[in-house]
Amino acid sequence: MLRLSVRVADAAARRRLCQRGPRIILQHSRPYTEGNTGGSAAKIVAAGLVSLGGGIGGTVLYAKWDSQFRTTVEKNVPYSDLLFGLALGPATSLDSTPTKKQLELAQPPSLMLEEANSSKNKAKKVKKAEVPSVTAATTPASNIEEAAAEASHIISAMGEVPSVPAPQDSEAPKEQCEECHQLSPPEMALSSEEPSEPGDVLTAPEEPLKERPAEEVTARIAQQDQADQDTLAFVSDKLEDSLASSATTTLQAIAAQEAALQAILQHTQKLKEAMETEVSAEQRSSHWKDLEDAVCARSRNVEEAGAALVQARASLDSLRAVVESAKDSRVAALRPMVLAAEENLHSMTVDLDRAVDKVQSVESEAKIVSQYSELVNEAKQQFQRELSSITPEIQANWKGLSGTLSVDDLNALIAHAHRRIDQLNREMAEQRVREQVHIEAALEQQKLEDQKALEKAVSLAVEHNLERARLEQERKQVELREVMEAEMRTQLRRQAAAHTDHLRDVLKVQEQELQAEAEEVLSSKMTEQETRYRQLTQEQLDNFTLDMNAAYARLKGMEEAIDSHVIAEEEARKAHQLWLSVEALGYTLRSSSLDSLTRPLEPAAQAIRESCQDEFAVALAAALPEESLQRGVYSEESLRARFNALRSLARRVALVDESHNSLYQYFLSYLQAALLFEERQEAPPAKISSQDLDPFKILSYASYSLEQGDLELAAKLVNQLRGEARRVVQDWLVEARLTLETKQVVSLLSAYANAVGLGTTQAP
Amino acid sequence: MSENELGKKWDRCLADGAVKIGAGLGLGIVLSVVFFKRRTWPISFGLGTGLGMAASNCQNDLRSHYVLHGRVKEQEQ
Repeated sequence: MLRLSVRVADAAARRRLCQRGPRIILQHSRPYTEGNTGGSAAKIVAAGLVSLGGGIGGTVLYAKWDSQFRTTVEKNVPYSDLLFGLALGPATSLDSTPTKKQLELAQPPSLMLEEANSSKNKAKKVKKAEVPSVTAATTPASNIEEAAAEASHIISAMGEVPSVPAPQDSEAPKEQCEECHQLSPPEMALSSEEPSEPGDVLTAPEEPLKERPAEEVTARIAQQDQADQDTLAFVSDKLEDSLASSATTTLQAIAAQEAALQAILQHTQKLKEAMETEVSAEQRSSHWKDLEDAVCARSRNVEEAGAALVQARASLDSLRAVVESAKDSRVAALRPMVLAAEENLHSMTVDLDRAVDKVQSVESEAKIVSQYSELVNEAKQQFQRELSSITPEIQANWKGLSGTLSVDDLNALIAHAHRRIDQLNREMAEQRVREQVHIEAALEQQKLEDQKALEKAVSLAVEHNLERARLEQERKQVELREVMEAEMRTQLRRQAAAHTDHLRDVLKVQEQELQAEAEEVLSSKMTEQETRYRQLTQEQLDNFTLDMNAAYARLKGMEEAIDSHVIAEEEARKAHQLWLSVEALGYTLRSSSLDSLTRPLEPAAQAIRESCQDEFAVALAAALPEESLQRGVYSEESLRARFNALRSLARRVALVDESHNSLYQYFLSYLQAALLFEERQEAPPAKISSQDLDPFKILSYASYSLEQGDLELAAKLVNQLRGEARRVVQDWLVEARLTLETKQVVSLLSAYANAVGLGTTQAP
Repeated sequence: MSENELGKKWDRCLADGAVKIGAGLGLGIVLSVVFFKRRTWPISFGLGTGLGMAASNCQNDLRSHYVLHGRVKEQEQ
C-alpha cells in the first residue's frame, strides 16, 4: 500500500518534472523510494513477527499451566494439538492428580501385599490390588448399603448410557482400577510403603469425570466380577487350606490330647494300682515298670499333646487371621464360607479347649494322684529313710531284699512300724482335729480353685458362648443377608423388569426415531442419488444429444455437401450436357455442305431444351429462329457462295428501284453492270455514311467482309442496298440474318455453356 | 429464293414474250392471212402487239413489287 502510494507520488513527480526534462531529479527520487519503502516495510514485518511469536508463546505457556485451556484450544484450533504435543508433550487429563491416586492405592495394597507376598503369583497382585482398591473406596459404608448403592450405581450407569457421567462412587473405583492398570507393580510397591489415611480416599477427584463407554463399564464390571471370583477362589482356597490344615492339626491335637488323656488316665490308674495293690515284688516291679512306661508315655503324650496343641493353636490362629482377612473382603459370596470357616474354627477351638480341659482335669486328678503317690512315696521314702537310719545295711531297694532280713532288723522294723503307727495315729488324731480346718482350708482352696476353674470355665464358656452367639449372629446376618439379597434380587429384578420395560419403550421410541431418521437419511440419500442419477442421465442424454446433434449436423453437413456435390455434379453434368448439346448444335450448325442447308437444329435445340432447364438456355433455345429449327440455316460458306452468285445479279439490277423500274432501267442497269468495274473486295472503312455507299461499293465491301468471315458486316452492308438489288438479295439477307441470329444464339449458348461449365468445374 | 425471282421473272417474261410474240405473230399471220390479205403489217402488228404486250407484261411483272395495291374497306358504322 505504501509502496503503491509512493509509486503514484513518484509518477506524479516525474510527470511534473518531465516537463522540465531533468533526469537528475528522477534519479534522485529512485533511491528515495527504494530505501524508505525497504526500511518501513522491514519494521512492519519485524513487528508483526514479534507479535505473532509472542502470541504463540503466550498461548503455549498458558496451555502448559492450564490443561483445560489447552483442550479448548486443541478443540477449536486445528493442528494446535501437534504444536502443543511438540512443545509440552502429550496431554493427559490425569496429570494433575498423580499423588492422590498413589495415596488411594497406598492403603489397600498395604493390607493385602503382605498376604500377597506370601503367595507366589505376582500377576495376581494387580488384581488383588484392584479388589482392595475397589473395597477401600467404599470401606466406610456398611455392607448392605454399599451393596445397594453399588447396585443402584450399576443400574444408573447402565440406564443412562449416552451422556450422563457416572456417579462418583462407581467412578472413583473405576478410576482407581484404571490407575491400577496404568501403574506398574513397582510403582505400587513403592506406593505401598507410603502410609496413608483412609480419609484421603474419598476426596473428590479434581480431574474431570470422564464417563466411560458402556463397553468399558461392562468390561470393568466383568473385570470386577472376575476379580471377585478370583479373590473368592483364592480366599476360599486359602480358607480351605487353612481349614484343612487347622482341622488336621486340631484333630491331631485332639487325638494327641486324647492320647495324653488316656496316657494320664492309664498312668494314674497304674499309679493307683501301684499304690493300692500291695502285691508281690515281681508284680510290683512290673507295676513299677508299667508305671515308668506309663510315665514315659504320659510325658511323651503330654509333650506331643502340647506340641500338637501349639501347632493347632497356631493353625487356628492362622485360620482366624485368614478368616478375619476374608471377612474384610467385600465379596458377598465369601461370607457363608467365612461363616462356615468361623464355625469350624469355633468348634475346633471348642473341641480343642474341651480336650485340653479334659486333659487338664485328668491332669489335675493325676496330679492329685501323683501327689498322693508322691506323698505315699515320700512316706515310703521317709519310712525307708527311717528304716535305713535304723538299719543302715538295708539298701534302698528293700523290696528285693525281702528274704534276707535279720531279726533285729525285723524288730527294729516292727518297732519303727509301731512308732510309725503311733505317729500316724497321732497325726490322724491331729488330722481329725484339724480336719475341719483342713477341710475348710481345702474347701476354701477348692472353692478358690473351683472359682478359678469356674471363672476359667465361665470365661471359656462365655467366650464360647460369645463366639457361638457371634457365629449365630453371623449366621443370622448371613441368613438375613441372603433374605435381603433375595428380596433385593426380587426388587432388583422388578426394577430390572421395569427398567427393561422402560428400556423397551425408550428403545422403541429410539428405534422409531432412528428409523425415521434413517429413513429420512435414506430418502435424502435416495433423492440425492436419484437427482445425481437423473443428472447423470440427463448429462448423458445431453451429451448424447449433443453428440447426436453434432453427428446429425455433420451428417446433414455431409449430406448437404454430398447433395451440393451432387447438385454441383448435376450442374456440372447439366453444364456438360448443355455444352455438349450446344456443341452438337454448333456442330449441326457446321454440318452443311456448300450449298445446302444445315440439318434442322430442332433436335439439337430440343436436346438443349431437354438437357437443361436453365431459363436462360431455354430462352435462348427458344430464341432460335423457327426456320433454323425446322429447316436449318445456311452455313457461312454457302452464304458466301450464294453471295458471290448474288453479287452479279445485284450489280445488274443496281439502278432499278421503286421509281425506276421499267425495262429501260433494267437495260440501263445491265449496261452499267457490264461497263462498271469495281474492286472485287474492298475493305470497308471504319465509318461509313450512306452517301458514300452505292451498290457496287457495298457489294465489294460485303464481299470483302464475307471473305474475312464477317457475315454480320456483310449483312449490314447488304442491308444498305436499296431497290431491286435489295429485293434480289432479300432472301439472302433473310438467310444471312437467320444464320447470324442462329449463330448469335448458338454463340451465346456456347458462351453460356462455357461459363456454366467453367462455373461448375471444380478446381482440383 | 429472291435471287431466283428475277430470273424467274425474266423466264416468264421471255416465255410470255415468246408466247405473245408467237401469238401475235400467229394472230398477225392469221389476220394477215385472213383479214388483211397477207400483208405484213398485221404480222408485224401482231408481232409488235405481241412484243409490246410481252414487254408490258414483263415490265409489269418486274414492277409488280413496287406497285401499291389498295383495297377498299368498308367503313365501320
